Amino acid sequence: MRDKNSAANVLRIATVVCLVCAVIVSTAAVTLRPFQAENRETFRQLNVLKAAGLYMEDMDVERAFQRVERRVVDFDSGEYVDPPGGFDPVRAVRDPAQSNALSGDPAGIGRRTHYGEVFLARSEDGTLESVILPVHAYGLWSTMYAFLALEADLKTVSGISFFEHGETPGLGGEIENPRWQQDWVGKQVRDPDGDVRFRVDRGATPEGVVDAEHRIDGLSGATITSRGVENMVHFWLGEQGYGPYLARLETRMQTGEVL
Amino acid sequence: MFEHYLSLFLRAVFVENMALAFFLGMCTFLAISKKVETALGLGIAVVVVLTLTVPVNNFILHNFLDEGSLAWTGIAALEQVDLRFLGLMCYIGLIAAIVQILEMFLDRYVPALYNALGIFLPLITVNCAILGASLFMVERNYQFGESVVFGFGAGVGWALAIVLLAAIREKLKYSDVPEGLRGLGIVFIITGLMSLGFMSFAGVQL
Amino acid sequence: MAQLKTRDVLLGPVFANNPIALQILGICSALAITTQLSTTVTMCLAVMFVLTLSNFFVSLIRNIIPSNIRIIVQMTIITTLVIVVDQFLQAFAFQLSRELSVFVGLIITNCIVMGRAEAFAMQNPPLISAIDGLGNALGYSVVLLIVGFSRELFGSGSIFGVQVLPLVSEGGWYQPNGLMLLPPSAFFLIGGFIWILRSVRVEQVEKEPFEIVPNTRTSPAF
Repeated sequence: MRDKNSAANVLRIATVVCLVCAVIVSTAAVTLRPFQAENRETFRQLNVLKAAGLYMEDMDVERAFQRVERRVVDFDSGEYVDPPGGFDPVRAVRDPAQSNALSGDPAGIGRRTHYGEVFLARSEDGTLESVILPVHAYGLWSTMYAFLALEADLKTVSGISFFEHGETPGLGGEIENPRWQQDWVGKQVRDPDGDVRFRVDRGATPEGVVDAEHRIDGLSGATITSRGVENMVHFWLGEQGYGPYLARLETRMQTGEVL
Repeated sequence: MFEHYLSLFLRAVFVENMALAFFLGMCTFLAISKKVETALGLGIAVVVVLTLTVPVNNFILHNFLDEGSLAWTGIAALEQVDLRFLGLMCYIGLIAAIVQILEMFLDRYVPALYNALGIFLPLITVNCAILGASLFMVERNYQFGESVVFGFGAGVGWALAIVLLAAIREKLKYSDVPEGLRGLGIVFIITGLMSLGFMSFAGVQL
Repeated sequence: MAQLKTRDVLLGPVFANNPIALQILGICSALAITTQLSTTVTMCLAVMFVLTLSNFFVSLIRNIIPSNIRIIVQMTIITTLVIVVDQFLQAFAFQLSRELSVFVGLIITNCIVMGRAEAFAMQNPPLISAIDGLGNALGYSVVLLIVGFSRELFGSGSIFGVQVLPLVSEGGWYQPNGLMLLPPSAFFLIGGFIWILRSVRVEQVEKEPFEIVPNTRTSPAF
């Protein structure tokens, strides 16, 4: 019998094992990649629809999404842009050429891309129903990702959906709770001048406060998560976020431009 | 800049403690924590290995595996290649290789430390804290400098936790534990209590 | 070696020689993913798949693996299987794979897999090795399922996401136990499981490493 510990045999076995394993792994990865990409896309679309309140149980996500238009916005100027080669937010945030480190960083996100996505949901006849903005901020343990949908007045919330976070289950994790997300509907996040005005209370909002439409119940036992959510709204609707874009959109609406 | 690294380090040690917040490396954590001395040896070995492997894996990710990272080769066909699905295999392979090299290096040049670490070095390859740290590095998208600090911090945090547990277990010899709980059972419960304690670091903003 | 009985190999690891409770193997993942039964079951199936097949393949080539590279060869086989599982989950069970996140990858370093490959598959023929893998995966699953069941039932009042205990916040009577959703609760549950197991099977109780000598009476010095 050959010596199985000889150098030649070690090399031979190593090569064969590597080759076989590489083939298996690559086959799995390549054949399954289209499914995975589709899953990711459907998941995003689903959450955009949920935020806009357009989602119903067992619906065909892809068809429903045809009413939603995706645009790319330059955060600083607030104008639509059409970057050559498309815009991939996941890749852009890692690319120093497409994003910059934030100096004042209330939302705890580190870097912000130069461009951002917006989704415009329209009714059957083409009038703008809601604008859906992807937002994220750091909570207690983790970055929380959400879609925030505003009605066509750009002040009233038409819905929110948190779709990724690692907050404490049962406490901060309640941002996922549909009942709490339902509370957001109809709240005013910007005042008539277009300034951000929004607060997540500690505990329930007291009865009879005058600015109740600008406030929402905090999550009990999750002060820091609640503060993170508040910062998220302030940052993304403010000057460094979608503020300039929303202001641009408002003036264009007043001049009666077709959106 | 320094502040950023310091905060990353402290977070990795306390807030995001590998052992007590993410429960990685538990098998060795529970099995080899009977004596402070051995726990300390294992802890140091983990610090060394983590400080080496996380940056090396970071380098591999950014120069070979990530989408578009092969652009430096100048070959057009490779520019769009995305090899991230090979990540797991590369990381674990590198960890195994680094541990092996470290073992040979220590054996040759620092025999005292080699003898002190003994059996623990090879065991580290299958310590989930090591692979876990690399995976967290990928998920959180650390740059190279950050990955060095994170690797070191994660190691220190793990070492701290195991030394603490070992110290408690040494004292525990004098207590009257119910029969069925003796040994492993009570260690599980202590670890649970310790991790409750470490949870109070959560949300500390640095 | 005496002929190994299939039944013993398959069922032994479930209670008599449980990998988690007795061998201290594969604990990391047991804690992180047991807040819900659905993720727990997925994890159990994934480990079952990987452990059975890795034992089978390692055993298949056990006679030709050079001993000095055996660890890395075992590792490569395990990793391949884990990547395949990971890719499948991402393709067909997207929501679950998001919830499991890095913990699917961490099956690689689940010491049960490595431990069984090294301790059993390297010495035994393929078929019995596969059964040993399955048995150990079952032992692992039993603990995980018990923990997952208790955590989801008492932590969220539901089983597989179906509400069985109506929550106070939804107008029912059950106040969920928040501790159950936090990771430390898994330690307490496993600790309790070990206690019960060892009360039934007294032979598993660990011996004290030493006896403390009863206090000797000090005689007053004059």
